[in-house]
Amino acid sequence: MVISQLIFYTLAAFTLISSLFVVFSKNPIYSVLWLIVCFFTIAGHFVMLNAQFLAVVHIIVYSGAIMVLFLFTVMLLNLNKETEPHKPTLLKFGAVIAGGALFIIVIAAMRSSMPAPYVAPQLSEIGYVKNIGIKLYKDYTLPFEVASILFLSAMVGSVVLAKKERS
Amino acid sequence: MESTLQAVPQNWYLLLSTFMFCIGVMGVLLRRNAIIILMCIELMLNAVNLLLVSFSSYAGNAEGQVFVFFIMVVAAAEVAVGLALLVSIYRNVASTDIDILSKMKW
Repeated sequence: MVISQLIFYTLAAFTLISSLFVVFSKNPIYSVLWLIVCFFTIAGHFVMLNAQFLAVVHIIVYSGAIMVLFLFTVMLLNLNKETEPHKPTLLKFGAVIAGGALFIIVIAAMRSSMPAPYVAPQLSEIGYVKNIGIKLYKDYTLPFEVASILFLSAMVGSVVLAKKERS
Repeated sequence: MESTLQAVPQNWYLLLSTFMFCIGVMGVLLRRNAIIILMCIELMLNAVNLLLVSFSSYAGNAEGQVFVFFIMVVAAAEVAVGLALLVSIYRNVASTDIDILSKMKW
């Protein structure tokens, strides 16, 4: 077995196990921490797919910014195991069955159209910072600038929403 | 060391991201805490990101990775606004249980 195959299987196992823990752990803090593990393994997948730029951005944005936001909110709202609401057991079974059925349906739909096991002929270098940067600033300049407006409006909107209302 | 591009068939990435997406769907259906539901939506977004990156890397086309970059931008904005909404909801009803928030139901 090639070493990169081994790395892929280990990373995939970690990704799936940590995402299962996100869903099934009782304490919201543990869910957030498992989600951080999950994001790090996905960044590892990006590195193995030769998308270095996206791996770094993923760690900075998700594991850095978004997870800090989640952790702060969970701690600010003082959510813990005691205050955690639960659905009745019947609904839980229903949810698990619905998720499994969705998985089976998507796999069955993919099976008929799935191509033969495909490996890339040569190592692609499109994920490097230089190539992505050229693409981003040459062909996608306008969306890049519009994204900054989106960020600005999201910032203003979140401040307005989270501010205490004066009555 | 060679990357997985030559060693692992792309079908495995398809399977992995489908499974992750279904775990996210299951979490949305299973949990009642709104923050956990937001986290499961992040999980689904990440499954789609992984799929896009794998397709773009295997096909040698940079457009998919640019799309993933923009998806990350939108996800960050979405989380900021969503958590602000949750904080203001918590201030009003002192809970993040989504079953309490049924005023829009007729």
